[in-house]
Amino acid sequence: MTLLQDNSREGAMPAVAGTTALPPRRSWRESLLRDMKHAPLSAWFGMAVIAAYVVVAVFAPLLAPYAENELVGAQYEPWGDPFFFGTDQLGRDLLSRLIYGARNTIGIALMTTALSFTIGGMLGMLAAVLPGWVDQSLSRFVDVLMAIPQLIFALVLLSIFGSSIINLILIIAVLDSTRVFRLTRAVALNIAVLDFVEAAKLQGEKLTWIMIREILPNILPPLVAEFGLRFCFVFLTISALSFLGLGIQPPTADWGSMLRENSTLINYGDVTPLLPAGAIALLTVAVNFVVDWFLHKTSGLKD
Amino acid sequence: MSPILKTVLQRLGLGLITLFAVSIIIFATIEMLPGDFAKAILGQSATPDTVAAFQKRLGLDRPPVERYLNWIGGVAQGDFGVSFAGLGGLGGGQETTVVSLVAPRLANTLFLAGLTAIVAVPLALILGMLAALYRNSFYDRIVNMVTLTSISVPEFFVAYILMLLLAVPHVVFDSPPFYALAKINFDMPFTERVMRSALPVMTLVLVIVAHMMRMTRAAIINLLSSPFIEMARLKGVSPRRIIYRHALPNAWAPIATVIALNLAYLVVGVVVVEVVFVYPGIGQLMVDAVSSRNIPVVQACALIFAATYILLNLIADIVSIVTNPRLLHPR
Repeated sequence: MTLLQDNSREGAMPAVAGTTALPPRRSWRESLLRDMKHAPLSAWFGMAVIAAYVVVAVFAPLLAPYAENELVGAQYEPWGDPFFFGTDQLGRDLLSRLIYGARNTIGIALMTTALSFTIGGMLGMLAAVLPGWVDQSLSRFVDVLMAIPQLIFALVLLSIFGSSIINLILIIAVLDSTRVFRLTRAVALNIAVLDFVEAAKLQGEKLTWIMIREILPNILPPLVAEFGLRFCFVFLTISALSFLGLGIQPPTADWGSMLRENSTLINYGDVTPLLPAGAIALLTVAVNFVVDWFLHKTSGLKD
Repeated sequence: MSPILKTVLQRLGLGLITLFAVSIIIFATIEMLPGDFAKAILGQSATPDTVAAFQKRLGLDRPPVERYLNWIGGVAQGDFGVSFAGLGGLGGGQETTVVSLVAPRLANTLFLAGLTAIVAVPLALILGMLAALYRNSFYDRIVNMVTLTSISVPEFFVAYILMLLLAVPHVVFDSPPFYALAKINFDMPFTERVMRSALPVMTLVLVIVAHMMRMTRAAIINLLSSPFIEMARLKGVSPRRIIYRHALPNAWAPIATVIALNLAYLVVGVVVVEVVFVYPGIGQLMVDAVSSRNIPVVQACALIFAATYILLNLIADIVSIVTNPRLLHPR
């Protein structure tokens, strides 16, 4: 996130430089440190949680006491020694599956969001630089897609193509890219009419150059915030689908399906099913806190 | 023709066109079916003859345009076709129409959504207005924090926590006051249906109130910062009169939008909550149909969901135009 943000500042320079004498700019490292110091408690909490999740996801094989699909004990063993959170309905260690679940669930959601931003961002900028029939046809098509609730549309497509991880990523990414398209097109339209874009066009730069080197750096801040929100949304959608039994399929450890598999335990007052659900909830809350702070900061609102 | 009527008719036309385009997309998905689909439905042992008969039964031997017209013509008359579930035996099994599956489920879902709306809408509006009026107060901060959290949390998390806290202490499940499983049917007396739907309704209310009240708060704050409110304040108009005479007439449009958007959101939220509480609604029917790849049922449910969604957005549009004539002249 921070890496992208600094690109945007450097990219924005040519547009601003030369108009007035600006005070010496802080390097991105300095301004980042300064922003971090002033971050509210909720943002700090969010960043700490996200960092913890990333560590768990990256070092999953080192942290997990057992393998992802190893049958280590009887079914539904209680919490404590030797299985910290007990075992699941097949006798797999729940803690290990939670840890591997971080890797699978977050990884798939991240890939989907990245793909959705690639598709939606590219098409959105394309629509902004090519007004006329390209813009019109893309926008009307997106309007129609957005008229169907996303989860419902995803269900329809899954019933046609069947549930596999690849299908899941592609379907959610394409559906989600409609929102990214809308936002990118809206902010890119404001940039596409500026003089330096016009100059680049007259200079005979290629379309991809104009999109990536002229427009993209100037629309990054809203896109970065949107990336956080879209990630939450994608993550929740995939978890919901997995919970419904239509998303990530067993034996892959994933929080949504783990909740589904262990959900009967709740009827006996056992809180185990809340662990994967809580893991999902905590991450989305954390990302939302950080995004909230970021939006507040970049929009310059003093609410 | 009055300009308002003209704009409303325009919006209605636009809504119909959208609905038409959506129906084409939902129908077109069946064209993307992989070739071995009949085998997947009929089982690996199906002979080529059975497969051919199955495809003929679905009309796959006819051109897509003709099939679409047949399908949409049927839908307009309330006929969504025949469920795949009974088709396995082809001739042997009893055919089930999609309508006979969907209709009772739809009634249940409307009951659930209706109950939720009755509780959630007034609650959210009151909380949102209070938060806007006492902005940046302790109350506002707490509400802001709580709602941001409950927006970010998935529905099933809220649902299971409520279940754990409220229903599980009554270990004998089918006992009041809270039922963990909302197995309702229309033979039950009204009060019992309400009792049994209490937990799903509470879950949906919690999720939706958070959204709705945040949007209400933002809309009112936006309104209260406009120049004419400041003018009224400077004139010395009493706060109560500012709210009733100056703010509220202008607030209907954003509030209507907020309500409609959130009821539309309810359409999606209902799917997960129904599955958690085993509520016999259309959402659960759709999930079951997706996992058994019962395409006609999936299409019917999707069309109903999409139509509701479009209708609610349309209503929001129209209400805001009617209550705020300025929108007739977009800048």
